[in-house]
Amino acid sequence: MKDLIGIKELSRQDIEEILNTAKAFKEVLQRDIKKVPTLRGRTAINLFFEPSTRTRTSFELAEKRLSLDVLNFSVSTSSVVKGETLYDTLKTIESYNVDYIVIRHSSSGAAKFVAENTFASVINAGDGTNEHPTQALLDAFSILEIKGRLDGLKIAIVGDIIHSRVARSNLYLLSKFDTEIRFVGPPTLLPQEIPDNVKIFFDLQEGIEDVDVVMILRIQLERQKGAYIPSLKEYSHFWGLKKELLNYIKKDAVVMHPGPMNRGVEISTEVADSSQSLILRQVTNGIATRMAVIYMLNPKEV
Amino acid sequence: MLIKFYNANLLDPITKTKGLADIIIEDGVISKIKLKRKSTPIQTKGTGSKNMLEINAEGLYLFPGLIDMHTHLREPGYEYKETIRTGTLAALRGGFTSVCCMANTFPVNDNPEVTYYILAKAKEEGSCHVLPIGAITKGLKGEELSEMAMLREAGCVAFSDDGMPVMNSIIMKRALEYSKAIGAPIISHCEDINLSEDGVMNEGKLSFYLGLKGIPRASEEVMVARDILLSKYTKGHLHIAHVSTKGSVELIKFAKEQGIPITAETCPHYFTLTEEAVKDYNTNAKVNPPLRTEEDLETIKSALKEGIIDVIATDHAPHHIDEKKVPFQEALNGISGLETAFSLSLRLVHEGTLSLEELIEKFTVSPIKILKIRKEGIKEGAQADLILVDINKEWKVDKNKFVSLGKNTPFDLWTLKGKVLFTVKGKKFLDMRTEE
Repeated sequence: MKDLIGIKELSRQDIEEILNTAKAFKEVLQRDIKKVPTLRGRTAINLFFEPSTRTRTSFELAEKRLSLDVLNFSVSTSSVVKGETLYDTLKTIESYNVDYIVIRHSSSGAAKFVAENTFASVINAGDGTNEHPTQALLDAFSILEIKGRLDGLKIAIVGDIIHSRVARSNLYLLSKFDTEIRFVGPPTLLPQEIPDNVKIFFDLQEGIEDVDVVMILRIQLERQKGAYIPSLKEYSHFWGLKKELLNYIKKDAVVMHPGPMNRGVEISTEVADSSQSLILRQVTNGIATRMAVIYMLNPKEV
Repeated sequence: MLIKFYNANLLDPITKTKGLADIIIEDGVISKIKLKRKSTPIQTKGTGSKNMLEINAEGLYLFPGLIDMHTHLREPGYEYKETIRTGTLAALRGGFTSVCCMANTFPVNDNPEVTYYILAKAKEEGSCHVLPIGAITKGLKGEELSEMAMLREAGCVAFSDDGMPVMNSIIMKRALEYSKAIGAPIISHCEDINLSEDGVMNEGKLSFYLGLKGIPRASEEVMVARDILLSKYTKGHLHIAHVSTKGSVELIKFAKEQGIPITAETCPHYFTLTEEAVKDYNTNAKVNPPLRTEEDLETIKSALKEGIIDVIATDHAPHHIDEKKVPFQEALNGISGLETAFSLSLRLVHEGTLSLEELIEKFTVSPIKILKIRKEGIKEGAQADLILVDINKEWKVDKNKFVSLGKNTPFDLWTLKGKVLFTVKGKKFLDMRTEE
């Protein structure tokens, strides 16, 4: 495999292989010396067209643990508007002879566009509202650690589904396993036409009843302006996950959030910091999962 | 210059002539039409002469030159996308001898100076008849009416803010009212831009799957409904551009049954492709309105058959390669359509949706009626304005062979059945018989 563009393009077997490799890397990360010489002499560039601290840091650490030389190339969207096209930026970077390009971009399909126009291995770190595959992989990895399986689980994804690449990547990943997937949120933030294997709930309590996993999505402050929701206060009141609601999910169910959180909006502090929360584990697992992805891609394959 | 077609199947819905014929064109004028019962062997006298072409048209059709009601020639202002010279040549290559060019140039065709410029350029460098369409509002801003009567006087045949809907209903109402004094239709790009938001493809399961923002069908239909009601209210002639949805067809059908003075067009891509064409983020299939679903496509075909949709237009929208070689969301809308539109439309005949005569009407008689322009058709004494077509010839679309500067087509490398072999417009002609 040359690139990781989306979960869409992966088979169940591909996913299982990545998760197994991630497990091995997690062991490495628990050692005293956390660096492996595997990819020494190769170069990765983190090409970020959208501001991001967490994902970029996670990738950078993963790259460094694999002994890659790392470059960070952050472009604010405004300077792109002024001149250089994505194609030209890409060709410039390709001329540095890099082996891996990690890209985040505000346009859906941008990662595919980049992959089609370069010899380097491309890893999608989030393209518009399309996909964020490493997030879904690290989420699956975290669920597996706790639950030991994905098959047979009920998962509720709560919040701003239509604008969420995390929701999409998780949907595609979980759809490759025998899972029940629910979308929960106000109708304005759910897709107009529902994917076939998804159940829709407008009511949070009903939506999370008896599930094994609740994935909370970040609500963007600007959704109020687009009239998607009347106010954050109202959103929080009806769709924010609060402590009392934990009674409705399974006793051993887990709560996840891709970060960064708006405490007190989509998730209450009590829930975020509860023993059922996997949020910090997700962050830790992000590094091992990203190491696995980079390790398994082959830039020389054309 | 003498051009002689022998044994051609003449089919002209303008003059209502049909049959086997020999036709002689002398210096751009049809000097003789000889209708006959059966084909006769060609007399080859005078072959080899520079001033005479003798064409064996046995098994081929002669139609009147096609009229495209919806073309973007891009000049003035966007000559890097297309010019009047290249656009009108592309028209001839596609079988069109008349094109109506949209007003979204730079500057906008919202004043007679621009119209005069386009017409002068067309006379100087153009290959076909150019019929400018004036802007409904100044600068396509949707705020104040352009000088419609003066534009009409300068040569505009219709009015449209194509690309930009007239969002303000009172402005649209006044435009439809005012147009009655001018005798030219208002062509409406029906789209509620608030509903479209920053959508880039049809809204549905696929748009969610691709993570692309959808444009709902309602965004078009809301405005089709509004404009129909405004046309009913004002009795102004409304022509609806590029119909893409089933719902629009139903509304147009309803309006026509009520006797509201409306007409409508669609484009080949709306009855040839569905949203599946953008599945791989193919920017060459990005158009506005967006490609829809199978159900819409089938309804549009029936609407053509039933006469609910009157016209097939190209919406020829050439762009520079740099404007399409970007991520999907950022790509400009449009298909370079002049050189494939007629062949794509012939598929409707081959599959039995339309008769050949009905198809030619969509490209000739209907635009003539809607625009109230004069076209004599194929008759003795008239200016030659006709095309020779092999409706069965298979050919492969090659965007690199496009005369248009716009190579943006989702039909590249498609094999199409039916090809224009020869186009004559007055003294100008284009011979494509040896093209692969």
